[in-house]
Amino acid sequence: MKTVLGRGLPHESALRHVSGEARYVDDLPHAPGLLVGVVVGSTEPRGRITRRDRARALQVPGVHAVFFAEDIPGENNVGPVIHDEPLLAAWEVSCVGQAVAFVVADSYEAARKAAAAVEVEIEPLPALTDIHAGIAAESFIGATHVIERGEVDATLGEAPHRLSGTVDSGGQEHFYLETHAALAIPGEDRSIQVWSSTQHPSEVQTLVAAALGWGRSRVTVECPRMGGGFGGKETQAAQWACFAALGALRTGRPVKVWLDRDTDMSHTGRRHPFHSRYDVGFDDDGRILSLAADLYADGGWAADLSLAILDRGLFHMDNGYWLPNVRLRGFVVRTNRTSNTAFRGFGGPQGMVVIEHVVERVAHALGLDPLEVRRRNFYDEAPHDRTPYGQVVEDFRLHRICDELAERSDLAARRAEIEAFNASNDFRKRAIALTPVKFGISFTASFLNQAGALVLVYADGTVQLNHGGTEMGQGLYTKMLQVCSHALGAPLSDIVHQPTSTGKVPNTSATAASSGSDLNGQAVATACRLIVARMVPVAAELLGVSTEKLTLASENQGDIPTKDGKPAWAWAEGRSVTLAEVASAAYMRQIQLFAAGYYRTPDIGYDRSAGKGKPFHYFAYGASVSEVEVDGLTGEWRLRRVDIVHDAGDSLSTDIDRGQVEGAYVQGLGWLTWEELVFDDRGFLLTHSPSTYKIPAIGDIPREMQVHLLERAAQPGVIYGSKAVGEPPFMLAISAHTALSRACSAFGPGDFVPVAIPATNEALLDAVERAKALAKG
Amino acid sequence: MDTLQFWLNDRRIEVTGVNGTTTLLRYLRDHLAATGTKEGCAEGDCGACTVALLEERPGETPTYRAVNSCLLFLPMLQGKRVYTVEGLRDRSRSPDDPEGYHPAQLAMVETRGSQCGYCTPGIVMSLFEATYRDDMGADWQVDDQLCGNLCRCTGYKPIREAGEKVAGLRPDDLFKATMEQYRARDAAVDITARDGLDGMQRYIQPTSFEALWQARAENPGAVLVAGGTDLGLRVTKFREHFPVVIGLEGLAELREIERSPMGWQIGAGVSLTRVMEVVGEELPALHKMLRWFGSRQVRSRATLGGNLVNASPIGDMPPVLAALGAEIELRGSNGTRHVDIEDFFTGYRKTCLEGDEIVAVVHIPNVPRNAFCASYKVSKRRELDISAVAAGMYVELDDAGVVRHIRLAYGGMSAVAASRARRTEAALLGHSWTRENIEAAMPMVDADFLPIADHRASARYRSTVARNLLLGFWLESHRRDRDAFDAHPVGTVRPGGVA
Repeated sequence: MKTVLGRGLPHESALRHVSGEARYVDDLPHAPGLLVGVVVGSTEPRGRITRRDRARALQVPGVHAVFFAEDIPGENNVGPVIHDEPLLAAWEVSCVGQAVAFVVADSYEAARKAAAAVEVEIEPLPALTDIHAGIAAESFIGATHVIERGEVDATLGEAPHRLSGTVDSGGQEHFYLETHAALAIPGEDRSIQVWSSTQHPSEVQTLVAAALGWGRSRVTVECPRMGGGFGGKETQAAQWACFAALGALRTGRPVKVWLDRDTDMSHTGRRHPFHSRYDVGFDDDGRILSLAADLYADGGWAADLSLAILDRGLFHMDNGYWLPNVRLRGFVVRTNRTSNTAFRGFGGPQGMVVIEHVVERVAHALGLDPLEVRRRNFYDEAPHDRTPYGQVVEDFRLHRICDELAERSDLAARRAEIEAFNASNDFRKRAIALTPVKFGISFTASFLNQAGALVLVYADGTVQLNHGGTEMGQGLYTKMLQVCSHALGAPLSDIVHQPTSTGKVPNTSATAASSGSDLNGQAVATACRLIVARMVPVAAELLGVSTEKLTLASENQGDIPTKDGKPAWAWAEGRSVTLAEVASAAYMRQIQLFAAGYYRTPDIGYDRSAGKGKPFHYFAYGASVSEVEVDGLTGEWRLRRVDIVHDAGDSLSTDIDRGQVEGAYVQGLGWLTWEELVFDDRGFLLTHSPSTYKIPAIGDIPREMQVHLLERAAQPGVIYGSKAVGEPPFMLAISAHTALSRACSAFGPGDFVPVAIPATNEALLDAVERAKALAKG
Repeated sequence: MDTLQFWLNDRRIEVTGVNGTTTLLRYLRDHLAATGTKEGCAEGDCGACTVALLEERPGETPTYRAVNSCLLFLPMLQGKRVYTVEGLRDRSRSPDDPEGYHPAQLAMVETRGSQCGYCTPGIVMSLFEATYRDDMGADWQVDDQLCGNLCRCTGYKPIREAGEKVAGLRPDDLFKATMEQYRARDAAVDITARDGLDGMQRYIQPTSFEALWQARAENPGAVLVAGGTDLGLRVTKFREHFPVVIGLEGLAELREIERSPMGWQIGAGVSLTRVMEVVGEELPALHKMLRWFGSRQVRSRATLGGNLVNASPIGDMPPVLAALGAEIELRGSNGTRHVDIEDFFTGYRKTCLEGDEIVAVVHIPNVPRNAFCASYKVSKRRELDISAVAAGMYVELDDAGVVRHIRLAYGGMSAVAASRARRTEAALLGHSWTRENIEAAMPMVDADFLPIADHRASARYRSTVARNLLLGFWLESHRRDRDAFDAHPVGTVRPGGVA
């Protein structure tokens, strides 16, 4: 028998997923007397509330309560960082859909009818309904973030070549299949139990307690699992839980708040659209000498996590490239749209597409091979090893990854085939592109990099595992079970993973920033090691040997012997004991069989005002090759083949990691191509359901899609040498967008033709026509 | 009689006192605590609510059909058998015992096809259908089977692999035995119940034309529903209250398909999946449009007649049927009449239906050897999307290569379904079928249509595409393999190499 660490296992809930037995918040058994809640939203993008009247709404049969701002007993605020986000607007509204009232009723039908009967009059005020209006009005949230190194203006002026331009990227709806849901059941003695589909149970707990005016200890928040999160349930889950809790407190009955798809899409935050401007100077070899760039993120009406998201955009403006002279400035634009929020990559993709656009344009301008230009600009030995914010790039793996990927993808031969195809096809063009990813791992707000675990061993040797991370499909629970099994030396089948609860591990950080397994894995391993240390003397005593003579299953990479069909926990001199035997004996000897583990990431920190520091524990790397074909008559296209080499360190769970890479690539592809958010002139989302907002479907995925995890890739200082994998591969999809731009360019004389983000069929046909116009001069 | 009955996972369910437009999804979740079936969108666009329904096929063995339970009204199930994800596992076995699971479930575990698990029950039910299908020969059919199931986590690769594992497996199990023995019971329904806070609702499902005419005479304001994939949205999205609903589910005569020397006669109540299955690639233009029409689940409920009577200017069937020169047979209590499809649509969402008439049969003539007919659909996403522009095009040449007949019918370009590009047609009629003449005629498309801009496309894009599709049609007409099905298209047109 061998350890399960690093093995390719199915998701720990796979059998429950396929049988429909996996329960999500909305699937919990109906509590007797369950009531449901619906929100009444603003109809204006900005305005002054002049009248609110609930009399008619209260007449609707089945209605139990209608809340206005003044009915909130505690704090009327759900702003997660900056407290600028009222749960219910009292006198002014800042976007269409912003909650003004909350209705609790017997049924959704009654609640909706009552919501429609709540009278809210709003006197409209001038509104900034898109990012460009916001930039023009200099409507910003927080201080400008500046990262600067070297002599930017001078080197720009002296550079042999110089280009400037803009890059816009669109927003993205998370489209987790499970919409937001929360259930609150009032307890006795001023307490409440909340089930929430959230990536951040502790923040839900904090905000529910604040809304009720209670200490956090009276509120327990549990997340059974999520049907997808992707960042959309990091801060945005709290408001629904607060509403449910308020309703439950007022009525004394269980209250559920579940959003239908249209409400979820139109009323909760999405990925930030960015507008970026750049000015780049470079030499004849395509080496970037100087870069100045301004990034503007559409924050929407409230701060939410926008400042941190913008920061990460700036931190990824270098991607894998050394920028000797650089000035990056970032602005969060306050607009009268839904407040935007975390989404896989957290601003990183929006920064990275800018530098990839710049590098591509530089290569085209010089007539050089874009891959060669990328390689020439890669990080390298000192002094080419410092990021714009001063962090040293250690163990830079992109040279190695690109070499391996070029070979695996047969890049050179396929380039020649594509040239031949394009020469003999007037209406279709193909292109292939390789793009790299370097992504910083850690919460950039350094204090968030901490985690806790609670491991309970029962006297029969079975185990309950708790930690602060949440499961949203990314496989965290699977990995933590593997870590626990390996660290404790317990068979996987004897460990039961518990739903994440603030009652088990307090003060947790969001499961976000790809950090879930890094942070919680260390905490779980620490807890396990404490228990192992206590049980070792017991095992030694049972086997009649000294502790040094024992070999343990714990953290053992070799063969583990079995005893009576069960894996041994410790063995010596041909005899062994199982965990059950040791646990039982330890209990009889009054030994503590449970332990809490705690971890904080060492040696990181960032000074935002100085624009300097070490925000990241390490970097994750990867690269992809995408080949596309574009139809010049309609702008339709197809992804023909994808090859990826991704660095997941020494993977904790290979199938989970491969699934993360594939899924992230496809989700990134959606952002860059099909997924178009269309708004009306009030800044309200028109594409608020899957009938109009198109995430990738099965037929969009090529039959040839090879994902290879980099081998011999142990990352020092991370749990069992692994690396975070949630977000980095999202940006691998940039190679498809780059290839699309090249394919469109191929309809013309070959000059660089940028393609919009998202590159819808319409945007692609537009690019094709621009390329053709270049040919006509 | 105010009771409905159907079989859920082989258990008889009696439903009393529930209004007829209650969807199966809501009934499962709210009344039966069967929460394995998920609501992801309530509009048939995500597939999380997929269940399997047994369906009779005249002259063939019955089969399972994956359908969206969010758009199924309970009376549509009268006398039928439904399976949900809860019904697939043998619960007498331990949940750890793989023997207790269906091959569709195990395939998803083996390929790592579930991550968050929320779309998984729906995918399992689509795979369940695929397991028992007897027509899974081509690789594109796996994608087609699953194109109505969105997954946001996996990127689909493992799900496709799971589909390849189980497609056409047809294990000798209880599900197969049940399928082969299946006979639908009487579908007659006439129930009245309170529709929430809105008042009473009567739902009638007649099983004969006489009963239909009588129901219509007694309820002149009643709304008619066939498969429910369009009307269902008015309940789930717009929360409309319909005091009387007449369902056409029970009219077996509307579900007949006949082949004659002249062409095909397809009953208006035939599902689009069935049209694909029976007519298949014999009408390549129709088959191609069906592949890109909605999803497998939508097509298994949507009917040919329904896609005509809703007269949507962005419906996908009208342009191709107009190009094929289809004729519509209307039937009412006063008798039967036939109209050309182009006379059928009279305005924005308006048809020539009068009195109590319904669409009964669609007659599609054969395509002569000297003619070429093709269909096109351009949308944001290839699968399960609504057209920005759709087109059905037909050209018949004489021996000298001169255009003798031409029909260019567009969707998405005007307020009326299947609008003909009359000026463009006139410019080409009687002229040689040459690239020069096509290019000269292309600007006429702009004279024919002034399309709108919306969240699907700008007016300019629609016009450009509409022009280019004509060129594409000409290019394709010269291909030797012009009638072959392009299973993995780059674009809706296959233009070939050099111009």
